[in-house]
Amino acid sequence: MSDVLTAPRSRRNVELLLLLLALAVAITASYLAGVDREEAFSEFFWTQGLTLTFMSLFLHIVLRLRAKYADPLILPIVVALNGIGLAMIHRLDLSAMQSNPDIDPVASQQVMWTAVAMGAAAALLILLRDHRLLRRFTYISLIVSAVLLLLPLAPAPIGLEINGARIWISVGFGTFQPGEIAKITLAIFFAGYLSTNRDLILLAGKKIGPLQLPRFRDLAPMAAAWLVSIGVLIFQRDLGSSILFFGLFMVMIYVATSRVSWVLIGLAMIGVGVFVALELFSHVALRFDSWINAFAPEVYDRAPGGSHQVVQGLFGLANGGLAGTGFGAGRPDLVTYANSDMIIAALGEELGLIGVVAIVMLYVLLVSRGIRAALGTKDGFGKLLACGLSFTIALQCFVVIGGITRLIPLTGLTTPFMSAGGSSLLANWLIVALILLISETARRPVPTAPMKDSFPEALGVSGKPVKKRTAKVATR
Amino acid sequence: MSEAGELTVTLFRFGFLILLWVLVLSTVGALRRDLAVGRRNRVGAPSAREIRRNPELMEEPPPARAAARRLVVTEGPLTGTSLDLAASPILLGRAQEATLVLEDDYASGRHARLFPQGSRWFIEDLGSTNGTYLAGTQLTRALPVEPNVPIRIGKTVIELRP
Repeated sequence: MSDVLTAPRSRRNVELLLLLLALAVAITASYLAGVDREEAFSEFFWTQGLTLTFMSLFLHIVLRLRAKYADPLILPIVVALNGIGLAMIHRLDLSAMQSNPDIDPVASQQVMWTAVAMGAAAALLILLRDHRLLRRFTYISLIVSAVLLLLPLAPAPIGLEINGARIWISVGFGTFQPGEIAKITLAIFFAGYLSTNRDLILLAGKKIGPLQLPRFRDLAPMAAAWLVSIGVLIFQRDLGSSILFFGLFMVMIYVATSRVSWVLIGLAMIGVGVFVALELFSHVALRFDSWINAFAPEVYDRAPGGSHQVVQGLFGLANGGLAGTGFGAGRPDLVTYANSDMIIAALGEELGLIGVVAIVMLYVLLVSRGIRAALGTKDGFGKLLACGLSFTIALQCFVVIGGITRLIPLTGLTTPFMSAGGSSLLANWLIVALILLISETARRPVPTAPMKDSFPEALGVSGKPVKKRTAKVATR
Repeated sequence: MSEAGELTVTLFRFGFLILLWVLVLSTVGALRRDLAVGRRNRVGAPSAREIRRNPELMEEPPPARAAARRLVVTEGPLTGTSLDLAASPILLGRAQEATLVLEDDYASGRHARLFPQGSRWFIEDLGSTNGTYLAGTQLTRALPVEPNVPIRIGKTVIELRP
C-alpha cells in the first residue's frame, strides 16, 4: 500500500468559508420551500436555520480543537445535503397540510434528529481521538452487529413490522432502525478482521486461467457475510440493507486483497441469492416485475407491490425537465413516500436535472474525500474502514437514485443525509465523524525527530524496555 | 401574489440553482488546491509537465537494484535460518500461522509483514508492542526494504539478500 501525501496545512479557514456557502444553500432552500405559501419566515424557517448554523459551527470549532488537520470539504458538503433535505421535507409537509391540517409535521422531527446526529458526531470526535482504538473492538463489534440485526426480530413490544419490512424497533419516543448502526459496526469488524487476516486469505489456492482462486476454507468469512445478507432478506424482508451489507463486505475484501476472484465469487453468490429470492419470495418477484413492466396498466394498479410509486416519480422527474419547476412550485407530494425513499424524485422535479446533478456531484465529492482519506492514512485498519464507510454512502446513493430512475429495481434504502428518518441520519453523521478522524491521521504531518539511539534494544513506545510479560499480553 | 413578487421568486429559484453550483464548483476548487502537487508539496514527485518546463527537476533514474530473493535471519534465536521469497506477502511473528515463526519473546504474535509491490519488498508494522526497526529507525508506515539492510524485530534481525 503506497502513501499519497499532501502538504500539511490545516485549511480550517477554507472549511469555514465553504461552510458559510453551504449554510446559504440550506437557508435559501428553506426560504423557497415556504415562499409560495406566504409563510417563508415561519417558525420552521428559524428553527431549521438556527439549528443547522449553530450545530455546524459547533462541529467546525470541535474540528479546530480536536482534529485540526481533518479534511476541510466533508463538513460543508454534508451540511448542504442535510439542509436541502430538511427544506424538501418541510415543503412536502406544507403540501400535505393543505389537504389535512392535522398531520404531524415530519420536518420538525427531522430538525430534532439533525441536532441529535450532529451532536453525536461531535461527541464521537471529542471522545475518540484516534480511530485505531476501534480496532480493539473488532470482535465486540461483530457481536454488537449481530444483536442490532436480531433486535427487530424480537417479539412485539421491541420489534416492529412496518410496510412488510421488519427492521424497526420501538424506543421510548418513536421508532429506530438498528440496521443503520449495524452497517458501521460491521464495517469496523470487517476492517479489523481483514487488516489482521489479509495475508492468510491471500494464500493461493487453485488457479484457473488468469484467476487465482482463494483456498476453500478462506471462503468462510465470505459465506458468513452472504448468510447475514440472505438472513436480512428472508427474515426482515429488506432487500436494500441486504445488498448494502454484502456489497460492503465485497468491497472491503477486494480492497484488502486486490484479488478480482473474490469479486467474481461474490457476484456469483449474489446471482444465486437473487435467483433463490426470486423463486421463493413473492415480494422480490413483484419488485422485479414492477421494475421491468412498470408502465403496464395492470402492474401500475396492482395493490401491493405495484409500480405506482416509481412511475409517479418518473412523471415528476419528466415534469421537472432541465431546470425544474422551481423549489416549492411542483407537485412532488403526489409520489408516495416523497419525503423518505423518493426524495430524489421530489428534488428532481423541483430543481430539474441541473439541481439533481449538483446534488449527485456533492455525493461524489463526499465519497471521493472518504477514499482520499483512505489513501492517505498509514494504517491498514483505517484504510479499510474509510474505504468501506465511504463505499456504503456511494452504494446507498446508487441503489436509491438507480431505483428512482428505473435503472435497477426500487429498493427501500434511505438517501444519505436527505431522507426523513432519524436512524439513517444519525448513522450517516457518525460515519462522517469517523471519516473526519481518519482524514485527520492521513493529513497530519508526521513528527520526524532524529532517533537518539541508532539501534535501540527492544524499546517500547514510551522509551522504556518492555518486559517479556507485557509483550506476551499485548499479542493476540 | 403580485407580478413583481412572482418575478422575484422566479429569480430566487434560478438563483438557488446557481448557488448550488457555486458550492459544488468552489468545493472542487478547494479540492484542486488541496491536492497541491508541485512546488508547495515537497514530498510529491514532479509531474511530467513540470519536468518539461524545468529540466533540472528530472531525477536521476534509480540505479538498477538487485531483486531480493532470500530472507536471512542474522541475529536472535533463529540465526542462520533462511527463507526463499516468492510473490506472496510474509507474516513475521510468534503466531503459529506466521510465515516465519519467530521464537522471540520480544516479538508480537503478528509483528510485521513483508510484502512485494512492483519490484521491491516493503515492510509494514502490524501494531506490534515493541515496534519494528528498519536500519535502526522505528517504522511508522510501510517502507521499502533494500537488500542487506537490517530489520530488527525484538531480538531478531533479518535481512533480505539478492
